[in-house]
Amino acid sequence: MYEILATRMLAPKIFEFEVKAPNVARKAQAGQFLIIRLHERGERIPLTIADYNRDIGSITIVFQVVGKTTDELSTFKEGDKLADVVGPLGNPSELENGKKVVLIGGGVGIAPIYPIAKSLKEANNEVVSIIGSRTAELLFWEDKMKQVSDRLIVCTDDGTKGRKGFVTEALEGLINEGEKIDRVWAIGPMIMMKFVASVAKKYNVPTTVSLNTIMVDGTGMCGACRCTVDGKIKFACADGPEFDAFKVDFDELLKRAIRFKEEEKIAYERYLKGRGA
Amino acid sequence: MGNLPKITKKSVPMAEQSPEERIHNFNEVPLGYTPEEAIAEASRCLHCVNPTCIEGCPVHIRIPDFIQAIKDGDFAKSIAIIKEDSSLPAVCGRVCPQEEQCQEKCIMGKIGDPIFIGKLERFVADWEASQGIEVTPVKGKREGKVAIIGAGPAGLTAAGELAKYGYEVVVFEALHDTGGVLRYGIPEFRLPKSIIDREVEYIKRLGVKIELDMVIGRTLSIDDLWADGFDAIFIGTGAGLPKFMGIPGENLNQVYSANEFLTRVNLMKAYLFPEYDTPIKIGKRVGIVGGGNVAMDAARTAVRLGAEKVYVIYRRTEKEMPARIEEIAHAKEEGIIFHFLSNPVEILGDADGNVVGMKCIRMQLGEPDESGRRKPIPIEGSEFTIELETVVTSIGTGPNPILLKAFPGLKLNRRGYIEADPETGATSIEGVYAGGDIVTGSATVILAMGAGKKSAKAIHEYISSKKK
Repeated sequence: MYEILATRMLAPKIFEFEVKAPNVARKAQAGQFLIIRLHERGERIPLTIADYNRDIGSITIVFQVVGKTTDELSTFKEGDKLADVVGPLGNPSELENGKKVVLIGGGVGIAPIYPIAKSLKEANNEVVSIIGSRTAELLFWEDKMKQVSDRLIVCTDDGTKGRKGFVTEALEGLINEGEKIDRVWAIGPMIMMKFVASVAKKYNVPTTVSLNTIMVDGTGMCGACRCTVDGKIKFACADGPEFDAFKVDFDELLKRAIRFKEEEKIAYERYLKGRGA
Repeated sequence: MGNLPKITKKSVPMAEQSPEERIHNFNEVPLGYTPEEAIAEASRCLHCVNPTCIEGCPVHIRIPDFIQAIKDGDFAKSIAIIKEDSSLPAVCGRVCPQEEQCQEKCIMGKIGDPIFIGKLERFVADWEASQGIEVTPVKGKREGKVAIIGAGPAGLTAAGELAKYGYEVVVFEALHDTGGVLRYGIPEFRLPKSIIDREVEYIKRLGVKIELDMVIGRTLSIDDLWADGFDAIFIGTGAGLPKFMGIPGENLNQVYSANEFLTRVNLMKAYLFPEYDTPIKIGKRVGIVGGGNVAMDAARTAVRLGAEKVYVIYRRTEKEMPARIEEIAHAKEEGIIFHFLSNPVEILGDADGNVVGMKCIRMQLGEPDESGRRKPIPIEGSEFTIELETVVTSIGTGPNPILLKAFPGLKLNRRGYIEADPETGATSIEGVYAGGDIVTGSATVILAMGAGKKSAKAIHEYISSKKK
């Protein structure tokens, strides 16, 4: 069992939990994920490691309430325990030195982009970060991102904070400023990553994305997380989660992400009804 | 007739749930022998002077002796005899392919039905369980600590044996529960989870420590294990990486690897969704590609999940199917439709990525290939389409790369499995042993168990010589 040390609501429906998991914290690196299971009847869901503290032996996860499991997780309190925390899984980010990099975090994707930005900064890269959300109240970790970025661009779709528009427009703006960007890292909704990839491709800026697919075991055993990269079947859990964005078949992933849409709806409605909500 | 035994050609059948009943539940299909039935079946044994059945058993259980004990009504003695050589009798009695091992060699089989050795093994194992678990405490601890990677049949066996030698043993398991393929792969109706729990409980009582949620190669490295003071390591991680066919449409939404399909249902209990959170979606018609035991498990699981039509698509004929005859017979009784000499060429989907059908081609058998089986060749222009909503691919597995990648220096064979001495499990690295599917590729529970046992002995010898 893995104890929850602290909980915090970052924005409506977005939560940050610090969980005691010394084995995971000991080895965690930027870009890796973990799998959690709430209780004996729970499903295994992957979450990117948003931060870790090796001294305390804790890891930080950030999640958005989108269905039954995440909603139930949001009701867990400090001192409650998760049945399982497994990790760190997936390959760590491949970090370069002395480059100019642009980090893009969209929505809840701001959380997993943070440890990568932090590590890139520590590796003497010039880090420009773009974080975006639909509206101002959904934005979080602006301060944390500022600390690990040489420059931070904030955008909201509705213009309630920072630049009005999508993260892709901010990226295109940066490129048009004429500065040479060596690499882009983008994490966020699948559709955002697809559009970031297409903008970056237009200007031929190498881009890495992190795929948060449906998974069961997370160790290469089931293939639920499979995707097509460069025309070949890859497993996000064992081969990724980071891939060359230009080679990823996002349209297939967009469809695979809603494989269990109806079942997810059934489970969520049943849960809400049982809770009397 | 004098002293000659009375010959009874017909074996004693084991009662089963009827197909009509069992397709609506996940309970075990064969119901077990009564003591009277077991004694009657045991009494058919001829007690050959040179018992060939033992040769057919990968772990050389003293079969005629345990059968004699059943005949004598001494079930405790019978199970004790089996346990000298096998650590998982309740499991092996159920899932071992006896018809191609011990029972195939049975002399009775030449004149009638062979003795149902597996069913007798199951009987005494279940009898023992009904008496409550008794564990003789391990006498005398030995100095030395062994890490076992993977809590499947190979790892659990090695762990149990090493604990009996008196070593401190820690099993590291990546999943949240024990058993490996016994739990995530083999369905409840063929191997109830309570039996795995029982066997694991036995091994724990021998003093083995099991650490779940530990992915060796990620959570801990091999160097961490050495640093933690382990004297030897046994790798029993299995062959868990599913293979795909490489045909168009394979990433459509309701195309599952058999591993995903069975893991969702068995380990995660998706058949109890939404009581349990993990979903499974199958639609009305399901196609299973492959002809092994795993394919039969997937097909029979699909029936129980409520599929109206379940097809098995296999590129050779029934004769070449690697699945156990018993499982094929069970599948047929449960209404599963077999398309032999057929091979998928494309999975068809709609605009949303949902499966709507599978295009197959008819095959004919040509010359034998390297496996000795006649090679299937497509018949040009013979394509046909099966309408269905779900496809489960069960065409085999490969070695899981996570541990192997994190273990440079460990010598692999041409197929990517660990190169290990067949007699000891010793690998290219001193103190590291391996056994089971991660060495042989997909094989059987009993072979994995046998490998675990041999490695345990070799590890014992290795540590003993080192600590001298």
